[in-house]
Amino acid sequence: MALQEQALPLGITPDRTGKYRTDHLLVAEMIPQGSKVLDVGCGDGELLQLLESRGIDGRGIELSREGVNRCVARGLAVVQGDADTDLVNYPDDAFDYVILSQTLQATRQPKVVLENLLRIGRRAVVSFPNFGFWKMRLQLLVGGHMPRTENLPATWYDTANIHFCTIKDFVELCDAINVKMERAVALDLYGRPVPLNLPWWVWNMFGEQGVFLLSRGGAGK
Amino acid sequence: MTHLQSISSPSIHSEDRAHEADHPTSTVAKFGMDQPLKLDCGIDLAPFQIAYQTYGELNADRSNAILICHALTLDQHVANVHPLTGKAGWWEIMVGPGRPLDTDRYFIICSNVIGGCMGSTGPASTNPATGKAWGLDFPLITIPDMVRAQAMLLDRLEIETLFCVIGGSMGGMQVLQWTAAYPERVFSALPVACSTRHSAQNIAFHELGRQAVMADPDWHHGRYFERSTHPHRGLAVARMAGHITYLSDAALHRKFGRRMQDRDLPTFSFDADFQVESYLRYQGSSFVERFDANSYLYLTRAMDYFDIAADHNGVLAQAFRGIKTRFCVVSFTSDWLFPTSESRALVHALNASSARVSFAEIETDRGHDAFLLDVPEFFDIARAFLESAGKARGLGNNKAFSSEVDTGSREENASK
Repeated sequence: MALQEQALPLGITPDRTGKYRTDHLLVAEMIPQGSKVLDVGCGDGELLQLLESRGIDGRGIELSREGVNRCVARGLAVVQGDADTDLVNYPDDAFDYVILSQTLQATRQPKVVLENLLRIGRRAVVSFPNFGFWKMRLQLLVGGHMPRTENLPATWYDTANIHFCTIKDFVELCDAINVKMERAVALDLYGRPVPLNLPWWVWNMFGEQGVFLLSRGGAGK
Repeated sequence: MTHLQSISSPSIHSEDRAHEADHPTSTVAKFGMDQPLKLDCGIDLAPFQIAYQTYGELNADRSNAILICHALTLDQHVANVHPLTGKAGWWEIMVGPGRPLDTDRYFIICSNVIGGCMGSTGPASTNPATGKAWGLDFPLITIPDMVRAQAMLLDRLEIETLFCVIGGSMGGMQVLQWTAAYPERVFSALPVACSTRHSAQNIAFHELGRQAVMADPDWHHGRYFERSTHPHRGLAVARMAGHITYLSDAALHRKFGRRMQDRDLPTFSFDADFQVESYLRYQGSSFVERFDANSYLYLTRAMDYFDIAADHNGVLAQAFRGIKTRFCVVSFTSDWLFPTSESRALVHALNASSARVSFAEIETDRGHDAFLLDVPEFFDIARAFLESAGKARGLGNNKAFSSEVDTGSREENASK
């Protein structure tokens, strides 16, 4: 499964087994029909189209003009904008769910973006490539290079991804800003969920990406 | 100066223009003393009339009507030969069978704005109280007044809800006013290259144009028709200045550069040595043939006054609160008259109102006028937006509404 076509301009064509990407199907499965959803960094609208086909009222923000125009040409409600600067313009509780699919690592301020997601939406679905994945670790440990994978093919100097993290890092960030983790799924290299009953460190090692369903923590948030 | 005078001598007589103002080559809806148009300035305008064109046919449940709102210097002749100039309609590229505004599927309406000079009541129309043209006795009108008049026309046509309201520039302002004033009557809206308020720079350009008109000795304080003159030099200058704002530096450079007009060397005079000068003079002189100078004053003023937020306690988002209308906002990268930042401010307000909005900025060097030109990306977006809105509206894809009217417009198109 290719993951980076949205965040990485140099991304490779996704290897498709079916019509939709597994991570998109997983995200879609987390969102009940009839919900109002904002997809931040919606790329060419593939996930949004999947959501709309399932009776979800979807909107999108996308940075690239080409992406936006392709979305609008697909009949999707997408606006050109920047996750880092434009989320502040949305009112509190405007959406049931806000999705950040493979985009967190490309934002300038992931923490602020995450906080905004859960201000605008009652829940958030966040997916990102896991830099704790064993292949990544191996490349740095043995090769001495910044990791590059099939799904993250860009070199360090031309990648749009400026804030990589591991699943463990992300879990810690959620704790730090009082975000409740309702569901967490790690997908392996083939897009298959890593079994649920395994401990965190296994996920962090064998999950190629993480998909999280988040909600606001206690009253303090 | 001789050259400027010679380019401005109109080939269309002012009598033709005056006749068109009262007895237009369009369908006319007349509103009597019992149905005044309540203007923002406090005056009830009655009687008045609205001239309009339609293309395609209204379907059985009257749900496929699209209203096109025209820009400052345009009119209702969207997709038919212009009665004064004999030229093709100004948006034929957009409107017709198989075009984005598909006359095989939609019922398209375009009315001349109130204050205009192509058959809707305006300063060039005859004031029934005096038997002469209104001139400056015509009350000041606003964008909301134009839209109020259009709403009365739709009542007359028994169209409760518009499938879409679309327009660029001043037309886009009317689109936004429609959604702010009659949200329940607008299923979808496509405001293009416009803004929710006229900027200081734009007001400044309009003032320049108005001063040019009023400085022309043939203007006679707006009563030029009594002396059988027309301030065509002033109006041509206004048009020339305006036209520059509709283009871009890059487009002018691409089209004309510093190329000379029919000569190799400068003449060392104020003749139109450069192609760009010749082009502007042509734009000025062709405009005055079809447009009334007073109407230009009134319409530019209406745009200057436009500020939706001001009508809603200064909060733009309040204008669109709870709105169900589907929006598609379009801007063009090289448009410096209504720059993308204006559209973005609108989009932010619509987002804050949880409206269903798409926003696309289209890359082009053609400036503000891009919305009238062949910009395929814009057509694709308009088509796709209408397509998805049509699905939501339950409009069929079939050709059920192909009709006599439609065939008529097709023949008209073919004849050009």
